[in-house]
Amino acid sequence: MSLFGFFKRNATSAPVARERLQVLLAHERTIVGGESDLVAILREEIMAVIARHMAVPQDKVQVKMDRGAAVSTLEVDIEIPTPVATGMRPAA
Amino acid sequence: MAKVLVVTSGKGGVGKTTSTAALGAALAQTGQKVAVVDFDVGLRNLDLVMGAERRVVFDLINVVNGDARLEQALIRDKRIETLHLLPASQTRDKDNLTEEGVARVIDGLREKFDWVICDSPAGIERGATMAMRHADIAVIVTNPEVSSIRDSDRVIGLLDSKTEKAEKGEQVEKHLLLTRYDAARAQRGEILKVEDVLEILSIPLLAIVPESVEVLRSSNIGAPVTLGSPNSAPARAYLDAVRKLRGETHVEVQKQRGLFSKLFPRRAA
Repeated sequence: MSLFGFFKRNATSAPVARERLQVLLAHERTIVGGESDLVAILREEIMAVIARHMAVPQDKVQVKMDRGAAVSTLEVDIEIPTPVATGMRPAA
Repeated sequence: MAKVLVVTSGKGGVGKTTSTAALGAALAQTGQKVAVVDFDVGLRNLDLVMGAERRVVFDLINVVNGDARLEQALIRDKRIETLHLLPASQTRDKDNLTEEGVARVIDGLREKFDWVICDSPAGIERGATMAMRHADIAVIVTNPEVSSIRDSDRVIGLLDSKTEKAEKGEQVEKHLLLTRYDAARAQRGEILKVEDVLEILSIPLLAIVPESVEVLRSSNIGAPVTLGSPNSAPARAYLDAVRKLRGETHVEVQKQRGLFSKLFPRRAA
């Protein structure tokens, strides 16, 4: 066992558990109270806006949420089919 | 005036049934008339932990449906005269727990007993919501572990919104029962400490039941731990819990709310 491994094994995991729970419950309490899931709403509305301008299959849109203690990030990843991929040739 | 107490947790396997049996027996040992009611329809186990599995004739669903009278379904404990069990059905479905039927059974039990202790099934579905529906007091059984604490938080939200008391604008009195606690491991930082759990859930502590082989030993022989191993640490914890529930001691272990709870108050679900 390496020296690093020895210290790492002794590192306590309870404070990590505590912090993860605090972040999680802070979010869950607001969601449960408001009946609505913010991520779900944002996802649906973003999808609707995209659908107005282009045909993108549902599974090509990825919405990711990363909830932190101070800030949360919402990541929207849309795969837009290029003309080549759809079999169309660019104008010569 | 009878009190209806629900033993609940959200998560399974944290010790609801063990605690129901132990609290029920401990209350009955003080001379109180107690009925313990198993709401885990389809997966009954309170009968087994209480050592009454071979004496079940009628069950909660029979009484709810009016197929049996309450007196016929109640099983009297062989060790303590004032302790009674109303078992769950093993063959029926939880959908048989009708709102009116359960209300009628609880009203009937209130007339006969000092304490009605409802053993909730895991989860937050019908069996669990029916078990907490008429509660005056809730004992939330929690292990010092992340998934158990998260589920307890969810259940506390339900107690504050889906119960009869909550709908009348009143509060169900809530108590935390921390079970399977290993103080040495908490000291080493391997599991969450009592203080951490209390700060996160922000409800008063009823008792800490230490991890112990005596709990398993008692359920093996079909005795509530307060009867099976009356001098063990878990039994003493449950006996202490009962003294607090009866209002003998007003030792509020944790009064002030932690910073976390002030910043993120739990809202009604």
